[in-house]
Amino acid sequence: MRGKRVWGIVAVVAALLGTLMAPVAGTAADDEFIFGLLLVGPYNDRGWSQAHYEGGLYVQEKVPGTRMIYIDKVNPADRPGVTIPQLVDDLVSKGAKLIIANSDDMKDGIREAALQHPDIHFVHVSGDDALTGKGPANLANIMGRMEYGKMMAGFVAGLTTRTGKIGYLGPLINEETRRLAASTYLGARYAWTQVRKQAEDKLAFRVTWIGFWFNIPGVTADPTQVAQNFFNSGYDVVVSGIDTTEALVVAGQKRKEGKEVWAIPYDYEGACETAPDACLGVPYYNWGPGYVQLVQASMSGQWKQQWLWLPPDWADINNKDTSAIGFVPGSALSDEARKALDAFVADLGSGKVNLFAGPLYYQDGSVFVEAGKTASDQDVWYMKQLLKGMEGQSSAQ
Amino acid sequence: MERDKGTRAKSVLGQAAAILALAFSFTTVVVLLSGEPPWAAYRYILEGSVGSWLKVAQVLKVWVPLVLCSCGLLYTFQIGLWNIGVEGQVILGAIAATAVLRWGAHWGSPTAVLLLSLLAAVGCGGLWALAAGLLKTRGGVNEIFAGLGLNFVAVGVILWLIFGPWKRPGIASMSGTEPFARELWLPTLAGWRISPYALAAAVAVLALTWWTLKYTRVGLACRAIGRNPHASYLLGLRPDRWMLIAMMLAGGLAGLAGAYQVVAVYHRLIPAISSNYGYLSLLVVMLANYRLVWIPFIAFFFAALNVGSIQLPMMLQMDSSLAGVIQGSLVLATLVVHGWARKREQAS
Repeated sequence: MRGKRVWGIVAVVAALLGTLMAPVAGTAADDEFIFGLLLVGPYNDRGWSQAHYEGGLYVQEKVPGTRMIYIDKVNPADRPGVTIPQLVDDLVSKGAKLIIANSDDMKDGIREAALQHPDIHFVHVSGDDALTGKGPANLANIMGRMEYGKMMAGFVAGLTTRTGKIGYLGPLINEETRRLAASTYLGARYAWTQVRKQAEDKLAFRVTWIGFWFNIPGVTADPTQVAQNFFNSGYDVVVSGIDTTEALVVAGQKRKEGKEVWAIPYDYEGACETAPDACLGVPYYNWGPGYVQLVQASMSGQWKQQWLWLPPDWADINNKDTSAIGFVPGSALSDEARKALDAFVADLGSGKVNLFAGPLYYQDGSVFVEAGKTASDQDVWYMKQLLKGMEGQSSAQ
Repeated sequence: MERDKGTRAKSVLGQAAAILALAFSFTTVVVLLSGEPPWAAYRYILEGSVGSWLKVAQVLKVWVPLVLCSCGLLYTFQIGLWNIGVEGQVILGAIAATAVLRWGAHWGSPTAVLLLSLLAAVGCGGLWALAAGLLKTRGGVNEIFAGLGLNFVAVGVILWLIFGPWKRPGIASMSGTEPFARELWLPTLAGWRISPYALAAAVAVLALTWWTLKYTRVGLACRAIGRNPHASYLLGLRPDRWMLIAMMLAGGLAGLAGAYQVVAVYHRLIPAISSNYGYLSLLVVMLANYRLVWIPFIAFFFAALNVGSIQLPMMLQMDSSLAGVIQGSLVLATLVVHGWARKREQAS
């Protein structure tokens, strides 16, 4: 009697498992090209990850026969125990032929995965494995020349500040974040000294790093608090360098309290929407065209290991189909500043203004670019310290 | 006797069925409320965890640390201690392993350095647990509070190391330390996603724990003290001493799990190195009703949920926290069903 019952239960469980194991509908059609996207933050973060997510949507729209599978919040804090090679295995088993990893944090994991899957193409955003030769041939890199976007951000910050104190909400410290913070400073200094004709030493530019690309409670410094500290201690413009919009949110709150302050978010075209009346504008990435280039290379068998550092389209920096970097002026930007910005962008595009022209000095006084010379791409990419005139850490203490 | 065994088996099966029914109906309601198809969700989780050998290997990769921690926790649960500090002990093990790999990378063969890092992890995890044990036995601090406090300290230490002394050159980031050279990764076979050495070690630890608890003085002492600390005192056992030993055994195994996370999973030290496996193991052991035989299966089930749930955001754009809901409601259901069974027993 007992035996019968036990076997009965076993049979029921087996039957249940059987129906569950039946293949799920919706596997790849033969002519479909599937690409995977690993996002470090939420797909709707109004920042870094959303810009990539929309880049993926752009590929689906522009390249017929492509389909995106994405996983967001790919970081050890949000998904404990999950590793990049594991997710890549999953995406490959779903039919992905090209996989894009959107974070600096995924550098080691994506290199490991690329070695495990030599027949799949990989793109590591913001990395330099293709430049240094550390990665295998199936791993390419892509990045936008955000230095220009950051110069524009710095420029409008320098034009707008009343107190002459600009705060920079920095993520972690590495070469990328140093050169972006430095570009912001150069833009601000240009506006302050060349447009407003103020003394250089009257401009304060402070960088505070939180330790990661976004807030991880208990691990990083809290970006909301860092932004509040800036505004409470006389900094009236905060430029964000992190993936999420805390700086702008805090600026919006401070304005409601009657303080005249501004913020400049980062990464995503629609970032100003969070608090439009405090937003001076946003430098953003437009990943779509670059992604299309890589996806088409992979589809047509023209893949090669390359390191793409894509510039803005100076004819129209906000062109969705051609420009990798754009800048949307915010509604808090004055008409006068808007005009000055247009002239500045035109000068950057024509080469009339090159903010990486020497003499430029590192924070410790050593020479970054000699007088009469301009920094090469490699000099800028591998910037070793913040620049003289900036306050804040250049590397870990 | 035969009859007795039969009714027991029946009641165990009945309880298991009740637990599963309770937990899954609760989870299903949660999924329905969020507007998603529960059947598809379960199917994706199952497919994504045991649908292929590759997936099973990924599940086993999570199974190893869960088994290590759970075996350790058996000692402390048997003796009546709530070693919630297991999480910190995992972290300390990871730190110790990283320290040996960093400093020892250049002297000696990689195998020797790897083995030494595992030993250091066991030692460090054990000592961290000893600290909680001493706070309990000497300081009269409840081991739950001592353990939680030490968990916070462990997190502080690991953050400080990653952002300070062990930072990557020129970089200040919570991303983690520089990855170790390939020869310092736990060796595995080509194409395998799980190291056979790790699997063998986990099975060996299971066997050893079973033997220790069943046949040695340690097991006897743990059980006796766990049932009645005062009476055991009269029998000549010193509860304090045995509690410290049980804590150190638990901490040592947790430390080993931490080292595994470093040498076999992440190949570097990251802030979230423990992946919450310590806390998850507490649930595994509770769900196993503190019995070793169930641990490998429940640990596998939990690992499968963890690995399979990544399919939810990928295929259904659904949050993967459903795995946590299932795990949590299973444990709660177990507590409810056991309580209900005990009441019925008393009534009859």
